[in-house]
Amino acid sequence: MADMMKKATRESYGEALAKLAAENDKVIVFDADLAGATKTGTFKKACPERFFDCGIAESNMMTVAAGTSTCGFIPFASTFAMFAAGRAFEQVRNSIGYPHLNVKIGATHAGVSVGEDGATHQCNEDIALMRTIPGMTIINPADDVEAQAAVRAAAEYVGPVYLRFGRLAAPVFNGPDYQFRMGKGVTLREGSDVTIVATGILVYEAVKAAEALASEGISARVINIHTIKPIDKELLVKAAQETGVLVTAEEHSVIGGLGAAVAEAIGEDCPVPVVRIGIKDTFGHSGKGAELLKEFGLSSENIIAETKRALTLKK
Amino acid sequence: MNEERRKRLAKAANQVRKGILEEVYSAQSGHPGGSLSIADVMTYLYQEELRVDTNNPKWEDRDRLVLSKGHVCPALYAALAQKGFFPWEELKTFRQVGSRLQGHPDLNKAPGVDFTAGSLGQGVSAAAGIALAGKIAGKNYRVYAILGDGELQEGEVWESAMFSAHYKLDNLCYIIDNNGLQIDGNIQDVCSPYPIDKKFEAFGFEVIVIDGHDFDQIEAAVEKAKTVTGKPVAIIAKTVKGKGVSFMEGKASWHGSAPNEEQYKTAMDDLAKIEEVL
Repeated sequence: MADMMKKATRESYGEALAKLAAENDKVIVFDADLAGATKTGTFKKACPERFFDCGIAESNMMTVAAGTSTCGFIPFASTFAMFAAGRAFEQVRNSIGYPHLNVKIGATHAGVSVGEDGATHQCNEDIALMRTIPGMTIINPADDVEAQAAVRAAAEYVGPVYLRFGRLAAPVFNGPDYQFRMGKGVTLREGSDVTIVATGILVYEAVKAAEALASEGISARVINIHTIKPIDKELLVKAAQETGVLVTAEEHSVIGGLGAAVAEAIGEDCPVPVVRIGIKDTFGHSGKGAELLKEFGLSSENIIAETKRALTLKK
Repeated sequence: MNEERRKRLAKAANQVRKGILEEVYSAQSGHPGGSLSIADVMTYLYQEELRVDTNNPKWEDRDRLVLSKGHVCPALYAALAQKGFFPWEELKTFRQVGSRLQGHPDLNKAPGVDFTAGSLGQGVSAAAGIALAGKIAGKNYRVYAILGDGELQEGEVWESAMFSAHYKLDNLCYIIDNNGLQIDGNIQDVCSPYPIDKKFEAFGFEVIVIDGHDFDQIEAAVEKAKTVTGKPVAIIAKTVKGKGVSFMEGKASWHGSAPNEEQYKTAMDDLAKIEEVL
């Protein structure tokens, strides 16, 4: 596993868009002066006539994209998660979410793994913000394969989609035969003692943690929730019923993100303890992305420790 | 414009004004001041200019009108009803539960509404997107965005203006309802957007200043806008807030309040008198 290929999901975003350029002439791409970083530059190279840089003006970009969608285009509006979900929240809410327009938001550089840029650019709140918008689909892919499949699925689906990508290279663990189904969680490993529910770059850490726990005699189920909204409630309730305790892991605030969504999903039908791993109601800071992930407990080591703690809460 | 057309338009605009009052009075809620100030421009556009199909409101080649200052939708709804998008009687449902005529325009509800707007600053960006889509698709429809002068205080208006000029959206025409008043008072006292003409010129627009209650000037400006190439146009329409209703004219307090029964009667009498001399 040590030599597993790594690729940042933002790279996957650009590549998937470039592939779509040739297949679907309704796909258009907007960026806000970050095409080199969000990797929409890859699309621009493939299809310059359908790429539009809006400059550093995210609010306008979101609403321009909304306007084009009313004329049959499928716009992908791209910027960092901080500005997509944060700065342009009200545009996304009122001009995309409320009219339920066919706009895809490509939000890159999510979470603390942004690294050196520090807290102002490390968005740990975007999932929470987007979850509050009725009808918004939220996808947080775990690796290159899933990210490319998610972009394709978003283009085929009619309605607003928030796609969340990372800056840091992440292990590519899904195989070429992987089938992405929007709204459906993926059980990566069966288990009976506890379920670890993860999203984004924490999915691979969860798998590593489960393998280590197995060597200690703990049977941990691992579920990848790539679609945070609408969430796969059926799969989660089943896991709660069968394993009796859940651990969630995400590169996002524990407030309003995957952990909250999971707790809400099972709370009414099968309430069991939910231990949430994520950013603990604090801001990030500068440092290497990989170092920050460890520091904030977004690692297989911490998942192992928290899973053991979770087992003590099990009734 | 000959006298007959001028009179016909004045009568149509007067009917739109009556519709505005019926809506706001029925709802006991809404924004009469800015609806009345834009009524002449709105009437002209729907009666004389916009290529729309009331039987096919989503016709893909239609001209579009985005009411960025969405709170004055009583004027838009009255103009749409007058055009035949929905029955005039429906105006009485404005702002009520179950109505297609929401407090701000909703593209999924009212037939003829081209974009959901009203959170200020966003409609102009949407209009730019629609204009850009027309360019990409090689269509020849035109896009009108009506915005308020107070709305010019929103930063997104200027983000959008920069974008529209950069992408040479000459199929896009802003019409600024320059009635000089906003909720908190005179726009110059609240946070002045002046000089509006020079700002849009600096942003790369062709600017045309008109009296927004003079149909000859409205027509001349709209026709001239169609001849401009390589840049968007901003028509600054000098208007009177509350135009046509004696006690509402020039009063910021009528921005967002509804008349009581007595005031409604006075207002309708004012409009009846205007009609008598037409």
